[in-house]
Amino acid sequence: MSLKTEINFRLNGRPVTVEVPVTMKTLFMLRDVLDLTGTKYSCGEGECGACTIRLDGETVNSCLMYAVDCDGREVVTIEGLKTAEALHPMQQAFVDHGAIQCGFCMPGMIVQADYLAENNPELSREEMCRGLEGNICRCTGYTKVLDAIAAVVESGQ
Amino acid sequence: MMDQKVIALPIEKTTLIGQRVKKPDAPDKATGKTRYINDMLLPQMLIGKILHAGRPHAEIVSIDVSAAEMLPGVHGVLTGKDAAGLKFGFVRDNVALKEKVCCEHDEVAAVAAETEEIADQALRLIKVQYKDLPGIFSPEDGRKTDAPQIHDSFPENKSLHFEFRHGDLSAAEAASDFIVDDVFRVHHVTHCCMGTSCAIADFDDNGKLTIWSQTQYPYNYKMDLAPALGIHPGDIRVIQPPVGGAFGSKLDVYPYEPIAALLARKTGRPVKVIYSREEEFRSAPTRQAAVIHMRTGCTRDGTLTFRSADVLLDNGAYTSWGPTIPVVMMRTTSGHYRVPVIDFNAQAIYTNNPYAGSFRGYGNVQTTFATAQQMDMLAEQLDMDPLEFHLKNAQKSGETTPQKAFLRECALDECLSTAAQASDYTKKQKQYALERDQEGRYKKGIGLASAIHNAGGAKIHKSDGCGTILKVDDYARVTVITGASEIGQGIDAVINLIVAEELGVPLEHITIVNNDSDIAPWDVGVHASRTTFIAGNGARRAAVQARKQILNAATRITGMPAEDLDLRGGFVVQDSSGTKVIKLEKLLRRMHFQPEPELVMVTDYYEPNSEPEGADHISDHSAAYAHAVHVAEVTVDTYTGEVKVDKVTSAQDVGRVINLMGLEAQIEGGIAIGLGYALSEEMRLENGMLQNPRFRDYKVLTAPEMPQLDLHFIESDCSEGPYGAKGASELPTIVIAPAIANAVYNATGIRFRNPPLTPEKVSRAIWEKQQAAREN
Repeated sequence: MSLKTEINFRLNGRPVTVEVPVTMKTLFMLRDVLDLTGTKYSCGEGECGACTIRLDGETVNSCLMYAVDCDGREVVTIEGLKTAEALHPMQQAFVDHGAIQCGFCMPGMIVQADYLAENNPELSREEMCRGLEGNICRCTGYTKVLDAIAAVVESGQ
Repeated sequence: MMDQKVIALPIEKTTLIGQRVKKPDAPDKATGKTRYINDMLLPQMLIGKILHAGRPHAEIVSIDVSAAEMLPGVHGVLTGKDAAGLKFGFVRDNVALKEKVCCEHDEVAAVAAETEEIADQALRLIKVQYKDLPGIFSPEDGRKTDAPQIHDSFPENKSLHFEFRHGDLSAAEAASDFIVDDVFRVHHVTHCCMGTSCAIADFDDNGKLTIWSQTQYPYNYKMDLAPALGIHPGDIRVIQPPVGGAFGSKLDVYPYEPIAALLARKTGRPVKVIYSREEEFRSAPTRQAAVIHMRTGCTRDGTLTFRSADVLLDNGAYTSWGPTIPVVMMRTTSGHYRVPVIDFNAQAIYTNNPYAGSFRGYGNVQTTFATAQQMDMLAEQLDMDPLEFHLKNAQKSGETTPQKAFLRECALDECLSTAAQASDYTKKQKQYALERDQEGRYKKGIGLASAIHNAGGAKIHKSDGCGTILKVDDYARVTVITGASEIGQGIDAVINLIVAEELGVPLEHITIVNNDSDIAPWDVGVHASRTTFIAGNGARRAAVQARKQILNAATRITGMPAEDLDLRGGFVVQDSSGTKVIKLEKLLRRMHFQPEPELVMVTDYYEPNSEPEGADHISDHSAAYAHAVHVAEVTVDTYTGEVKVDKVTSAQDVGRVINLMGLEAQIEGGIAIGLGYALSEEMRLENGMLQNPRFRDYKVLTAPEMPQLDLHFIESDCSEGPYGAKGASELPTIVIAPAIANAVYNATGIRFRNPPLTPEKVSRAIWEKQQAAREN
């Protein structure tokens, strides 16, 4: 068994303490240790974006990052977007615009979309496309994904 | 007071048909709450891992699993002898675990262990000694007289063979003024479902297997899985958790599924097998590669005379459902255009390549890549406006194709005119052809293609039906138990919409149950663009029965004639005025709590009126057929060979729009898969070994590469379809690639018969053309 170590970080707004093998990637800590299965494994090598999370506000592929590197940092996963009362506006826009089919890539896609919209209130369609370049969807052809993001940007939410 | 006032307001008649209805599964998928099969855990569950051969063709001289068996945490190890004789597959040529290696991903051994780490370690402890054999890596090589034979029971490496002849070919050739004659080489691609393949199996102590599966055809799946385990299909329960994509890939049984079950039987514990992305690439089924020799003739006035197609297909190592695709190729060799004489011959050849499966478009993608380019070539030879040539030969309503497809409602004319007008096709096509040889790095091109596909199911089994059970409870909540599977495509939203339309209840008051073969009735599965048509008809018929029962009860209670009653907004209303008569849930409780209690529970089995296919596979096999036309506009960078698709104009006969949002989503997604086929996706195989088993090297298109889309839905009002609808989801994948190839020809004057049109291929062809021009 690999060497384990204890780390402390904030996850979806709450402090957590967890013991993880030093070789474990953040994706598998989230899924297998913390039971947050919204973040998906699809390629495991940073090519598809299904495992996208926020780390100190930036987006990262959690499959490429060691879990121990979460120590002392702020992590937000797809589960952390919605409030008790309502879906996050980006999540709601994806639902309303029919952007979700099988949905497997969507947690990563929505986290990335939220990051893009949050950091650029005048996000253009071209900038959206560039910002989503690292997120593969096999179902939708992206059109409705872009429509959903555009609606959020337009509403200023 | 308020309540009475609200109740007093009449409810207007509205319709949901053609509206935008949200998918009921979308909110949980957006928040990460949905537990896909990939996310599932069961108590005591073990992880199953497979040892793949990693070589294309070999004898297994010896296999030693003793060290793996001894490893702490390992609960079971299986090898070929554990599955010996348990043959499965379309022609029973496959087994879960192999005693001889016929392709790279062949399953040689499997382990079940407490963790993935231990399972991986156990695999490394298995010692296999192989004797490599010469392999066959193309269907042409498989036909050579000195070719090694892959399976003892299939001489000359011949897998399935199909042929169809109609009319006098030599007379038609003689009568032709123009004949185009081309060899198209279409390549291997794979589905790239975002959720990798996964199965969880568990036996109860009565010997009944429960399998959590990604399957998109749960009932035939039982039949196909049973022989791989030596059990009765009736002793299998299939549960379908949410899946991360399917696209035809889950229309079969693959070895990892019986392996999960065999490991579960051996260990007495639930076993989950889940693929890594690399395993997924190496082990997944492919869209079948083929060499298509096609000839098409026409007379000087532009009337088609004949079409012949000699097709050689790369079966791969085993016969899954994939090698049956020539049936669809055969049926779609004509049918968009009137071709009086047809000569079709297809032979699938065993090779040591990965084996072919079903993939959205099912053979028609390959055929249409050839037929739609030959239409373009003939128009040029005739010096005729391509649109005029297409319109002249387009099939019309009431015609029957030589393959016996009766085109009851045919809207190809309208699809052609709509797509051409919306894109200004004729003008641009002429203009770009003139600009082709002028100076300039970037060349624009426009291309048109059309296709026909079955759009009312496909009666390839004895029944093409779907069962529905519908109940309405005391709170006016509706449960629809349907055989139709939800694989992300949106059938739940369609059924919701249809049932809400008939019963006048809010969409959110309807629950769909369709994930357990012990509960849901028979259905043939998600394939052949059949689900909206077949399951939609079933849901409507069940809802209409329930509606009648409810309105009859309302008549008994209120004395108002049933003809003047309607269900709207959760109320029984007077049809003419919309005035509320009684709240639906109140009526339902009154029906229930009376001396002769009555519950609303209805069943339906909808069987389309299509003809079962005979031994020759020729019949009016679908209850409807539909056409689609795509016009693609491209910019070709002649320096780099990059083809940028700027815009796609689509006109498709959908019969009638049911859920507008779902329909658009299917067309958009279908185009995206077809674009990848046309431009970038390719399984690069060298001696049967996949060279690019990762997204870095296998290019799936992402958001920046998507063109602007202009979608037009032609409503031909199909007399058999639910509210007039036809199936729709495969046509966009089928028709886009040749539209792009025709557009690239328009831009460059170069004909590409071998997709994908990668920058390397296109720039090389441009360079060769320029060299040839310099030399002349």
